[in-house]
Amino acid sequence: MKRRDFLYMTGLGVGATLLPKTNAFARAVPLDAPWTPADAAFKKKLADVALNAARSKGATYTDVRIGRYLNQFVVTREDKVENMVNTESYGVGIRVIANGSWGFAATDVLTNDSIAKAAELAVAIAKENSRLLTEPVQLAPQKGYGEVSWKTPIEKNAFDVPMKEKVDLLLSVNDAALKGGANYVNSILFLVNEQKYFASTDGSYIDQDIHRIWPTFSITKIDEKTGKFETRSALSSPRGMGYEYIIPREEDKIRGVSTLYRNRYDMLEDAKQGAAQVQEKMKAKSVEAGKYDLILDPSHLWLTIHESVGHPTELDRVLGYEANFAGTSFLTLDKWKSGKFNFGSKNVNIVADKLQPGSLGAVGYDDEGVGTKQWDIIKDGILVNYQTIRDQAHILGLNESQGCCYSQSWSDVQFQRMPNISLQPGKTPLKVADMIKNVEKGIYIIGDNSFSIDQQRYNFQFSGQMYYEIKNGQIVGMLNDVAYQSNTQEFWNSCVAVADKDDYRLGGSFFDGKGQPAQSSAVSHGSSTARFNGVNVINTARKI
Amino acid sequence: MPILSKEEAQALLKKVLSYSKADECEVNLSGSDGGNIRYARNAVSTSGGISQSSLVVQSSFGKKVGVATINEFDDASLAKVVKRSEELAQLAPENPEFVKNLGPQQYGPDAKTFEPATAAISPKFRADAVAASLQIAKENKLIAAGFMENSAGFNAMMNSSGLFAYNTSTNINFNVTLRTEDGKGSGYITKGYTDVNKLDVAAATKIAAKKAAGSATAKALEPGKYTVILEPSAALTLLETMFFAMDARSADEGRSFLSKAGGGTKLGEKLLDERVTIYSDPQNPELPTSSWNGDGRPQEKITWVNKGVIENLYYSRYWAEKKGVKAIPTPDGIIMLGTNDSLEDLIKGTEKGILVTKLWYIRSVDPQTVLQTGLTRDGTFYIENGQIKFPVKNFRFNESPVIMLNNLDALGKPERTVSTESGLNALIPPMRIRDFTFSSLSDAV
Repeated sequence: MKRRDFLYMTGLGVGATLLPKTNAFARAVPLDAPWTPADAAFKKKLADVALNAARSKGATYTDVRIGRYLNQFVVTREDKVENMVNTESYGVGIRVIANGSWGFAATDVLTNDSIAKAAELAVAIAKENSRLLTEPVQLAPQKGYGEVSWKTPIEKNAFDVPMKEKVDLLLSVNDAALKGGANYVNSILFLVNEQKYFASTDGSYIDQDIHRIWPTFSITKIDEKTGKFETRSALSSPRGMGYEYIIPREEDKIRGVSTLYRNRYDMLEDAKQGAAQVQEKMKAKSVEAGKYDLILDPSHLWLTIHESVGHPTELDRVLGYEANFAGTSFLTLDKWKSGKFNFGSKNVNIVADKLQPGSLGAVGYDDEGVGTKQWDIIKDGILVNYQTIRDQAHILGLNESQGCCYSQSWSDVQFQRMPNISLQPGKTPLKVADMIKNVEKGIYIIGDNSFSIDQQRYNFQFSGQMYYEIKNGQIVGMLNDVAYQSNTQEFWNSCVAVADKDDYRLGGSFFDGKGQPAQSSAVSHGSSTARFNGVNVINTARKI
Repeated sequence: MPILSKEEAQALLKKVLSYSKADECEVNLSGSDGGNIRYARNAVSTSGGISQSSLVVQSSFGKKVGVATINEFDDASLAKVVKRSEELAQLAPENPEFVKNLGPQQYGPDAKTFEPATAAISPKFRADAVAASLQIAKENKLIAAGFMENSAGFNAMMNSSGLFAYNTSTNINFNVTLRTEDGKGSGYITKGYTDVNKLDVAAATKIAAKKAAGSATAKALEPGKYTVILEPSAALTLLETMFFAMDARSADEGRSFLSKAGGGTKLGEKLLDERVTIYSDPQNPELPTSSWNGDGRPQEKITWVNKGVIENLYYSRYWAEKKGVKAIPTPDGIIMLGTNDSLEDLIKGTEKGILVTKLWYIRSVDPQTVLQTGLTRDGTFYIENGQIKFPVKNFRFNESPVIMLNNLDALGKPERTVSTESGLNALIPPMRIRDFTFSSLSDAV
């Protein structure tokens, strides 16, 4: 699912309505479609057609991905169901190496003849491009796994939950927000199921069934007299889970100035508090620009981690493969090789991971058939590693890939995508309330909002959903018009405290964009609440 | 599926409708073939060829709607997909905002949206183009990363109320970033056309090379308010954020920059400098687009902003019906009027200012004022007494296109460009703006 298709179908996003209807709805399928993945033996036969066809045309390596990508949306506003959509995309993508060069072709006609033709086209493209190589592709060794499978450990398949139950939940959420004083409310339940079959000439036949869920809403309050409006978005997070994520559980709630959620989300409760908070935002005082100590909740900090740690540690960016679009990185190889590049303070320990249960990045094997793992990226503030895939692992002196290869669909070529990148909790017991007690002049930020960072990941600006002013260790009220700007290295070196593991939560996105043609990837970022001293805050209020 | 002719598409769609038992049925059919190539570090990296097609059937009983799709086209499959959509419609809750089918429509003459030369692009053509681009990079001791993508396709639509629409289109996009070997200079160019014959990969690469070499010794200027000249692609990325917010319903509901204190909207009010006129026209020879939009509405020439006055907003069919107005759809391309002045003329007429060639990572900060943040990228230059004096380090900006188009100083000659943020194609002039707000410096190159 591409971000712009999602925006179109859900009616979210300002530019969404410029997109043609036919593209967005082109892959909808009936609600009664079977959710069971196709038989692995059938897919193995198709995959072998591609492997054999490519080999016979001169490919020295081939991988085949037969993918069935399912999405379900329930889209509502106020008391109406705007859309119920099931989409399906089914096809095969074939990637080859021939004459030392990559080639790729994809088709949605799953006959032996069509698959063989696509394999031949991939080889022809590889051969055509090989004259433009400076060096042949070098793949890190990878053992074949034989016939294996992996499934997201879900408790309740959300696709199996009756549509009525989902509709009733969203309409009750909307009702709670309207009763709480909101003027408008949009709510969405977004489900993803990737049924992916991977086969390669290394001897792997990997069948995976991957599930994700994202419940979210946006509440709007309007003051018609002044023409002012404010919104408050859900404090949920997209997760690699089943329907259990939206079955509330008391032990997963963190009570404070706003209730926050760990591994279970209470959508109805959040809508009620959101309606109250959006009205508080309308009355909040405009921030005075200057330096503040920031206390950043995981529902906000995930995005700062994503942009300022996740992206600059992607090895393909460091090397220049993304120079024409996403950009390069300030974390150049010499900084890593020195072994002492001071990325952040000693409180900053960041781990890359493709295993964490409930996270968006968790899979058994990546999209080039590599088993997944966990490794350090920043250790005690020092840059110690990157994220990479098979054709770049040798640049780091690695004998195997780190398993970070992903493609958003059968029709796009797989490439390096971010694993979960998470800030580790503080090792000594520290509660958020105790962190706030020590702040003289600060802002406690909850929820994500606007985000922007330069193409080498130095300068960034972020804003949030709620800003609580801290004066002399006390929360004294809400602020508005807040955005903070910083430089990545300066910011992470100003990290003076990270709360302990009891506060650890996952945030994340379904729509991390990268590559040309642009592809979306889902990724989680965990952290506990963290404190950053002396960060530059600007006032964003304007008059038009 | 190959690209079906109008007659072939019509025959297939008629057959689909013949299976329908619903109150109303609407069918969309599309297919495309395309390819792409990427290069980086002065060598090709990935590339591919993609072929796909789809048939979408929407059936409705009263206000109950169901949608099903298929990509097999034998008679049994066509009958099956219609039946599935009908079963689904019977299960669905009523949608109070459901709008009945459009009847037969009159569309304008077909714009030249399909060029056979673009449809005939082969893997060899793409590889040759990349070779030409790489040659320029190597001659100039620069490192290239670029992308070329082409596609050819058709869209057709028919409903049980007599509507039929069909069009074909081709598109080619090329963009490249050249960087100096020391990583201190960077230049970019992007081009998009219906007709591949208009694309000159070598000429485009040379412009990016010049920017890369010219930006290598950037000096830091203090952030603050500056006169800026925005090249067309940079101007478009900011301008489109305002255009994307011109939805009538949001304005009527009080949650748009076009909503007025005390209720109502700013439709008909002068909101921007009187030199600002923005329109769309499917027939424009430089920017031909489809004569119909995805839900069957005709695309006509529409003026959105006339001499600074907000003249039209776009509507969903439901909202237009509710408000009793014409349901103007969102256009496929936008055009802003300018003058005959070149970019060089604008530079010559600038006492002190900054030339911005590209903006990057633009995100909404406040929808109330359409305030955006983002950064300059790939070539930013200081101008004094009508001449480019030296390259400057990149800035972060916080600026609203509404404020920007009130601080308009001069416009140049519009040219076809592609948004590096949304992919939107447009004809946009370069523009000189007073008091553009740069709020911090970036070390990024």
